[in-house]
Amino acid sequence: MSFTTPEIAWAPLTPLLIVLGASAVAILVESFVRSPETRRRTQLVLSLVALVGAAGAAVVQWATLDGAGTVVLDGMLTVDRQSLAWQVLILVFGTLGTLLFASRTRAGEEAFTPLGASAPGSSDETLARRKGLQVTEVFPLALVAVGGMMLFTSVTDLIFLFVALEVFSLPLYVLVALARRRRFLSHEGALKYFLLGAFSSAILLFGAAFLYGATGSTSYAGVAAGISSSTGTDALILAGAVMVVVGLLFKIGAVPFHSWTPDAYQGAPTPVTAFMGAATKAAATAALLRVMYAALYGLNWELSWLFWVVAIASMLLGTVVALVQTELKRMLAYSSIAHAGFILVAFAGLPDTALSALPFYLASYGLATMGAFAVITQVRERSDEGTVLGEATRLGQWAGLGKRSPWLAGAMALFLLSFAGIPLTAGFVGKFVAFSAAISSGAWPLVLVAVIASAAAAFFYVRLIVLMFLTDVPEGQEDAIEIDYSPLARTVVAVTAVLVLLLGIVPGPVLSAFENAGVLLLGAGG
Amino acid sequence: MDPINFVILASILFAIGAAAVLLRRNAIIAFMGVELMLNAANLALVAFSRMHGEIDGQIMAFFVLTVAAAEVVVGLGIIIAVFRARQTISLDEPAELKG
Repeated sequence: MSFTTPEIAWAPLTPLLIVLGASAVAILVESFVRSPETRRRTQLVLSLVALVGAAGAAVVQWATLDGAGTVVLDGMLTVDRQSLAWQVLILVFGTLGTLLFASRTRAGEEAFTPLGASAPGSSDETLARRKGLQVTEVFPLALVAVGGMMLFTSVTDLIFLFVALEVFSLPLYVLVALARRRRFLSHEGALKYFLLGAFSSAILLFGAAFLYGATGSTSYAGVAAGISSSTGTDALILAGAVMVVVGLLFKIGAVPFHSWTPDAYQGAPTPVTAFMGAATKAAATAALLRVMYAALYGLNWELSWLFWVVAIASMLLGTVVALVQTELKRMLAYSSIAHAGFILVAFAGLPDTALSALPFYLASYGLATMGAFAVITQVRERSDEGTVLGEATRLGQWAGLGKRSPWLAGAMALFLLSFAGIPLTAGFVGKFVAFSAAISSGAWPLVLVAVIASAAAAFFYVRLIVLMFLTDVPEGQEDAIEIDYSPLARTVVAVTAVLVLLLGIVPGPVLSAFENAGVLLLGAGG
Repeated sequence: MDPINFVILASILFAIGAAAVLLRRNAIIAFMGVELMLNAANLALVAFSRMHGEIDGQIMAFFVLTVAAAEVVVGLGIIIAVFRARQTISLDEPAELKG
């Protein structure tokens, strides 16, 4: 038996290679740089350079792409404008997330535990804190997660889909477990996230095995060809397709596959929640788009009921349960479930316009998410003795925030209005393009439900705005809240706020860029 | 023996694994259920590979083995951290997150 070395076109892989290469270097830095402070600085610079450099490389590729795109590694990976658009989006979220990871409170406290292996409240933990240890592993972990997500948006092979899914999920499970405060919650969130995440990827893998069995191919193009010419294997194909889609819906966080979302969002350190909330949803949507359009398009009719049911259930459950939440991070988690429903609305009937509408929707949603969680890191509890504690995430604690810190509360209000889809914010344009894509495929009843759910959801966003601006600080609670100041977190808030406004007022350039991205390179490879 | 029998066996193993994840309250047992599901998928891949007379499915099984090993590292790490913190790994016990 003879083996031939495959031809690999390295150039289209540049952004991926930069990020994954930097993560390997970052792990070496982790082993060889001993002083925690130097290590932290090195890691931060390395991560930012890699992420910004990769984004630059992706933009250059976009500009110089000849034709529809390139197929790399025998059809395992497709680099076209669609995948480059998602990669840039994920790199932006990764850069903002890294800034949040590195942000510290005024007292110089990070968001992460000094020693992940120590039990909460143990003497080990106290000692680690006194020695000034830091978990700088979060930076390489984030880089690996970003690299995995970028892969996830570009893969066109079922084997690689599974591998990329795990490459970005595994670091996220670890990151969720590393909170500095409320470590029980953090552990519990990580355990639930891990078990359900692993469960969902096993379902995806078994579905992929079925599709391979029925069509004899693991590449999307081969599966699509197998579906159109299938005889007598329809049941196997349909079971496999449903399982693959369900595995991806878990990652998007749609009902009934949402149960990890509130726990992981609440338990995770807030910077991790911000990154995970924005980037995971974008990566999973991108992968689902590609699977549906490139591999399972022939099952469009058979699978549309799944999207209808899941979209309606997500919108209704997310909205209704978010209404009764009193914990801010949990409320935003249920709001993210409702948003998963809005995303899936655009999948009904698989209109071509969804390919350009969803990147915009996810850009607007992700920016607002990162901004909102960045604001949360800045609002902290203060004990009676005056020491600053963890984040104040009970809704009541935010009463009167507009008087304490008008800019911060104003930015939060902007993000909430964008979630609600009020005009002049990015969220409005995002919802508009996503819903019009759904209408163009005739799914107007679904859009009707979506509009009603958006109106109901506006209630709990506006409730928080009213609480911040029109309610007074409760009597005797004047000193219970500390507005923290971290330059990095404030930068993230400012950047996301400006972008949310810009995308809301002049969406034209970005929309037309994504319109160019709305074409998939299909049928290639093998 | 007809390879389709192995696919049926794989489906049964997958169902047992899924039931373990959904029904058992011990984190380790639930995790074993996940591993069983992954290995059921491996068996199905290899069986299909044999049916098609090519090796793509077998190669995929190697990838799955590698990924599953990485998953064990992360999963056991998290479970041990939870056990150290609260001396139990029951999934009912940690109930601080609700609603």
